[in-house]
Amino acid sequence: MQFGIFTVGDITTDPTTGDAPTENARIKAMVAIAQKVEEVGLDVFATGEHHNPPFVPSSPTTLLGYIAAKTERIILSTATTLITTSDPVKIAEDFAMLQHVADGRVDLTLGRGNTGPVYPWFGKDIREGIPLALENYALLRRLWREDFVDWEGQFRTPLQGFQSTPRPLDGVPPFVWHGSIRSPEIAEQAAYYGDGFFSNHIFWPASHTAKMVQYYRQRFEHYGHGTAAQAIVGLGGQVFMGKKSQDAKRHFRPYFDNAPVYGNGPSMEDFTSQTPLTVGSPQEVIDRTLGFRDYVGDYQRQLWLMDHAGLPLKTVLEQLDLLGEEVVPVLRQEFAKNRPTDVPDAPTHDSLRIAAHTPVAAAAAVRDDLDTAAAIAPAKTGAAFGLARAGRDGA
Amino acid sequence: MVSAGLSQPSSTRLLADKLATATVARLADEGATTRVVTYELRDYAQDVMNNMLTGFASPRLETMIEAVTAADGLIAVTPIFTTSYSGLFKTFFDVIDNRSLTDQPVLIGATAGTARHSLALDYALRPMFTYLHAVVVPTSVFAASEDWGSGDGRVDSRLATLPARIERAAGELTTLVAASDRSSRVPDPFELPAGFNPAGVSPAGVGRAR
Repeated sequence: MQFGIFTVGDITTDPTTGDAPTENARIKAMVAIAQKVEEVGLDVFATGEHHNPPFVPSSPTTLLGYIAAKTERIILSTATTLITTSDPVKIAEDFAMLQHVADGRVDLTLGRGNTGPVYPWFGKDIREGIPLALENYALLRRLWREDFVDWEGQFRTPLQGFQSTPRPLDGVPPFVWHGSIRSPEIAEQAAYYGDGFFSNHIFWPASHTAKMVQYYRQRFEHYGHGTAAQAIVGLGGQVFMGKKSQDAKRHFRPYFDNAPVYGNGPSMEDFTSQTPLTVGSPQEVIDRTLGFRDYVGDYQRQLWLMDHAGLPLKTVLEQLDLLGEEVVPVLRQEFAKNRPTDVPDAPTHDSLRIAAHTPVAAAAAVRDDLDTAAAIAPAKTGAAFGLARAGRDGA
Repeated sequence: MVSAGLSQPSSTRLLADKLATATVARLADEGATTRVVTYELRDYAQDVMNNMLTGFASPRLETMIEAVTAADGLIAVTPIFTTSYSGLFKTFFDVIDNRSLTDQPVLIGATAGTARHSLALDYALRPMFTYLHAVVVPTSVFAASEDWGSGDGRVDSRLATLPARIERAAGELTTLVAASDRSSRVPDPFELPAGFNPAGVSPAGVGRAR
């Protein structure tokens, strides 16, 4: 089980002081947070990608490349990399380059992005978000797996004999997660390839996340990548802690009440009851996080959003101390209990490299007709309801 | 039935009730039993605005939206404020999935102080439901304050009085509701578009998992 931090990279005014960091200070804060992730014993640092203020991270591999040099152990990832508006050729090259620089400590989460104008700014159409995500990723996979690619599609200029460079480290492409909140097409895509599925469920009710993850798991099994329980699931989360529950609530409330995404809406109490947001003691965070397993099954990666809504760097680093000292060690222990031995960990560069050298075991189960209509046949109508029911019974 | 009336009692709710009663009576004549569920949007005002701000419905609003969108027919009534539907009424229809009312039979009604606002039904409500691909019956019912003092047409049958308009609209909605199987359908939120291919639409073999 991996634990880590994902950052949106927003510049937000601290509602308690009226101060907002400069771009430079915010970017350096992201680096400091990543270093803290390593220092306190977490496993993953992931950055968002945005092309509009008030967000700073437009160039994730630049940031992650620098962090790679400042860290030794943590996995550098994204949440998310825009597979719709970025050229898949450039994504292939950027992340292969990052793999070499970081000695393989790299994976990425693909997402579509939901900022309308970004699509036309990059010459795309938001109404084609899903087809773009499907086609661009299909090309991205080939660029990493085939030395020379002849390719033609709907959205990009054709390629003849193209070789993306550098080649993936050790010939092993980075592991890919597909992030989506509500599009079954993306869960289907993740399942089809046997990739990971990341549900950032911080703004959505648990019941919804449960259904999406169950759907992905069922389709993962359908496509022959393993049992539903062996599918690779990541979750987003959002916490704010204090030694005592009331301290946490008092400290976080002004940030909650003014947060860009949910501020001036529901009360913090309503929002925490309806979404995974937890504001309280480390023990409350432990209990809530362990509860995620009840509705998504044993999963592989837990990322938290920590540095948003104008929280100052000092506070974020204190929160990371609490996570590393009091929360994650207990979670590691508890999540390991009763975890079936055949539920895998999230793939890493090393595990993928080893699997690539033992191809028989790795590839045996994948159905060999993946590109046929029979394989892609949809689940029976209403199957999702059967799943949702099974999910509840199993919880 | 969705009413955006604000006061207690409300003439908007009164109109909605009359439309429902007339429709239920006609359906009963055809041998159909009908269950009417009434939602006052005022009771959900905070949930609706929170949904607008956060992007998701609270559990109680979600239950309500599921009931409304799965109904065989919808009677939607709003007061006219500043020449259009009330903000609360519009916000409710803004937060529901814009595909969820497709094909639903809808009867629209509105209330206001004077009959000068009556066209708001046709320039505001009807286009909104058309955008949502609902099937709006031809007769919409507007009740100005003075209509509550109108006769039922027995004294002077040449007048299209409020009761007569309600009856005509109810008749139109009844035909559509009687033919609907919407409430017995099981929607599949994970249904993929026809012909969906997770590897995109590129030539065969592209993106093949390995």
